[in-house]
Formats: sequence, structure tokens, C-alpha cells
Amino acid sequence: MTCDLCGSHEATVHLTEIIDDESRELHLCETCAREKGTGITQPFGLADLLAGLADFTTQQEAEGKPKPKCPSCGMTYEDFRKLGKLGCGECYETFHRFLGALLKRIHGSTQHVGKAPPAPPAAPAKKTTPARKAAAPSQKLADLKAKLKQAIEAEDFEEAASLRDKIRALEAKA
Amino acid sequence: MTLNDLVHQTGEWLKGTGPKGEIVISSRVRLARNLEGQPFPHWAAPLKRQEILKQVEAAVAGSSYLAGSLFIKWTGLTELDRLFLVERHLISRELAAGKNEKAAVIGDREIVALMVNEEDHLRLQVLQSGFNLREAWAVLNQVEAELETKLPYAFSPDWGYLTACPTNVGTGMRSSCMLHLPSLVMTKQINRVLHAITKLGLTARGLYGEGTEAAGNFFQISNQVSLGISEEEILDNLDRLVGQVIEQEEAARKALLSQSRQALEDRIWRAYGTLKSAHLITSSETVELLSLVRLGVDLGLITSLDRGRVNQLFIQIQPAHLQKLEGRALTPSERDARRAQLLRESL
Repeated sequence: MTCDLCGSHEATVHLTEIIDDESRELHLCETCAREKGTGITQPFGLADLLAGLADFTTQQEAEGKPKPKCPSCGMTYEDFRKLGKLGCGECYETFHRFLGALLKRIHGSTQHVGKAPPAPPAAPAKKTTPARKAAAPSQKLADLKAKLKQAIEAEDFEEAASLRDKIRALEAKA
Repeated sequence: MTLNDLVHQTGEWLKGTGPKGEIVISSRVRLARNLEGQPFPHWAAPLKRQEILKQVEAAVAGSSYLAGSLFIKWTGLTELDRLFLVERHLISRELAAGKNEKAAVIGDREIVALMVNEEDHLRLQVLQSGFNLREAWAVLNQVEAELETKLPYAFSPDWGYLTACPTNVGTGMRSSCMLHLPSLVMTKQINRVLHAITKLGLTARGLYGEGTEAAGNFFQISNQVSLGISEEEILDNLDRLVGQVIEQEEAARKALLSQSRQALEDRIWRAYGTLKSAHLITSSETVELLSLVRLGVDLGLITSLDRGRVNQLFIQIQPAHLQKLEGRALTPSERDARRAQLLRESL
């Protein structure tokens, strides 16, 4: 096959260009490819990196469970992978099982320490959000147990040990 | 206060009066916050973002810390004005590029600045002069807490403050110091220092330009990790590390003065001479030469100038600032002439 541009040299580089949803194939020789190459950009940003990091867990999950969709904002896991950003605070709960490993890789931790909002006033009328509800001991215990299971599956025994200790501490309090 | 009043004002952080001001230009702490139960800006419909903007505007109006601040809405704001705010380090390029339903809040002395509907609903920053992370944090902590009484933040006990990008979750804190390190660059030690910084989990990058290019010998050192580490620990790590970089720069300055004083003075005065006499000058040449002049001032070699004025020039020689000073749009070559004029008049 000869080069689509110069028509004289053997085409060794095969490109697929997608412009405005139309794809076309280009077969180029090395010289023409190099010249054309100056105009080729590889979009590679944070979203791609994050998606790459998160991929590890999706493979593990690929076996069965359906991919979740955030009940609050409608973001799907695919959206998150594409954008590298979550849709709302509740997405953190929705994509819980994917985020654990991702956050561990980014921050080396999955547990916040530091500043927290002041405790909500005692008045029961105040509406609590799903994120805050997670603070209730029974919910928190269930969350921790789920995470422990996940950590064991991922063979992250260091994390598992720390989760086990947290669960014990919570159970002792209860 | 109006946006145009800023043109002739010097932000507090530029005055060069803070601790270790000869090396550390400024210390900055920022927090990312989102409103509970609302979709993040990139995922929210325009009407939703508008609603959030209104909520923030009401909270800002009731804030004692933000009394007298400027609330700048994006609707109707010119591109020049947005660039002007970027050049002053008050907003990000990302916010500047955005369209409607965005806003910036600028405190009267330019210490406190808020971005509304950037990547997160709120990005709060405090900028202080010199090496002064603690004071920046003390102010920011109060501003944040006061706003929280009106704007409940999205928070999870496990993951902390929830942010659009998982890289900011937890404390939502990014702290940084902007350092002027000409002597470490001249003595070719900068790469060793920057490399060590990145090994310790912090980020060091040039202030202008991408990658390793660092025009004007300005470097920004910041934390990366925001989850699993408290605000105090983040500041502590940065404090210690920046303290060490300062010591390294001080040692390099001493070595240059004792071992090649004449060559150093020659470079500094030639830079001064060029800036003082040029009639056309680009911003990149200016930044390079002004960096040497700043070193001359900091070493006591140039006594006719003060550090605050040199700091201010770094800001004023940028495109949007020149055009605001002139009061009209300028072509790139007109800007080179206007820049040279400003420098001749100021030095």
C-alpha cells in the first residue's frame, strides 16, 4: 500500500481520524506521518488517569453486579470514568465500591481526618442527608463491614486490618 | 470598590512585608467546598447553578469577613477583566474561561478571594505576604466557618468534604508557597531540590509556563494529598519543607556573593540597565530581567527600589494589566512599548 499523501512511499503508519463523528482512515509513509504528526494531539488528562486507576476495580466487579447509577443526580459509573469527576455528594455513596481503591491510590488513605462541620443541632426536625446519615453507628458499622469484605477481596490486608480494628472499636461502644 | 479600583491598588500579599519576604513571595491556602444536596457545577443544569450562585451571594452579603468585598458576576464581564483577575492571582484560568453562572468574590485588600461554580461550588482562598501559611489558614478557617452557618457543606464522616474531583476530597485543602529561587537556579541546584520535594509527596512547579520551565525563577510548592491527613499536618509538612528550601536558597545566595560577587553584580546591573532603557520589551524578557533586579534588591545591591514595588511590577507588566492601565485594548507590539514605558518610569 502506498502513502495517501505523497503517493510514492510505502505506507507504514495507519491512522483513524475522527472529525465531527466521521471517521476516516489514513495510510501514511513515515515521512508524511511525521509531518502530519505535528497536528495530532493525544487528549490525555486527569480524567484518563483517574479512569485508568479506577479500572482495576471495574475488572474485579465485571463478573456480575450491575453498574450503579446515582439516584440523586443520575450520574452513571461510565459518566464518572469519562469525566473523572463525580456528579454530586451522593455519588460518593453510589460509587462507594469503586472509589475506595481509587482514593487509596491517590491519597494513600480512605479515611478523612481533620476539620468537620459542627455537630448538627439536637432538634430532630433538621433534615439529614444520606452523607450525614452514614454517621449513624449502625450504618457506619455496615459500611465498614462492606469495606472490609472489599479489602479482603482486593487482598489489601493492611487496609483490612485497620478496618477490622475500627469495627471492633465500634462494636465495643455499642 | 469596583474592579477598576484594583488597577492602581497593590494587593496585600504583594507588599513583600511578610516573613522571609526576600524569598517567599506569598503563602496561599485554599479550600474546596460544595453545597449539601446539590449537583456539582459541571453536572448541574444552568438554572441549578444560578440557584447556587444566588445562595452564595446571600451568604456572602451576610458575612462579616467579606463586608466590603467585591462580588463579580460573570454575566456581562469582559474577557479582559477576567484575564486581569487571573493575572492578579485572584481566580483560576478555569474560572476565567467559564461562561455564565460563575462569580468571584474579592476581599477589599485582596487577601480573601472566593470562586463560585468553578470545579466546585466554592473555592475559598487566602493569600498572605511572605512565608505565612499559619496566618493564611487562621483567616480562611474563620471565613469558611462563618459561611457554613448559611451554606451547609457536603460532607461525609469517612471521606470528609466532598468535591467534584476525587483528588481534592477530604480536607479539600491545597496549600502553597510561591518562592523566588534565582540562586538555586544559577548554581544549578534547583533540579536536585525540586526532585527531593516531589519525592516527599509535595508538588513543585514553575509559576509561569508548564513543566520544568520556570520563567523568572518562581516556583510554587504545594501539597497534593488531601485525604487521611489533617489540615494541621498538611501545613506542618509544607512549613518544614519550604523552610528547608529557604535555607538552601539563602546558602546559595551567600555562596554567590562570596565566590562570584562581581559576576553577579554585573548580571544584576545589566538587567536593571536593560529594563531602565528598553523601548520595546516582551513579558518573558521582562520577567527574566526583573527576577535579577529583585535579587539585587533582596541582596541590598540595589537600594533605590523596594521589594513591594518590584513585586507589583511583575503583576503590572502582564497583558491585561497594561491594557487596564492604558484604558484601551492594545496589540502585542503596543503592549511591548507600553510595558517598556512603565518599566522606565518605575525603575
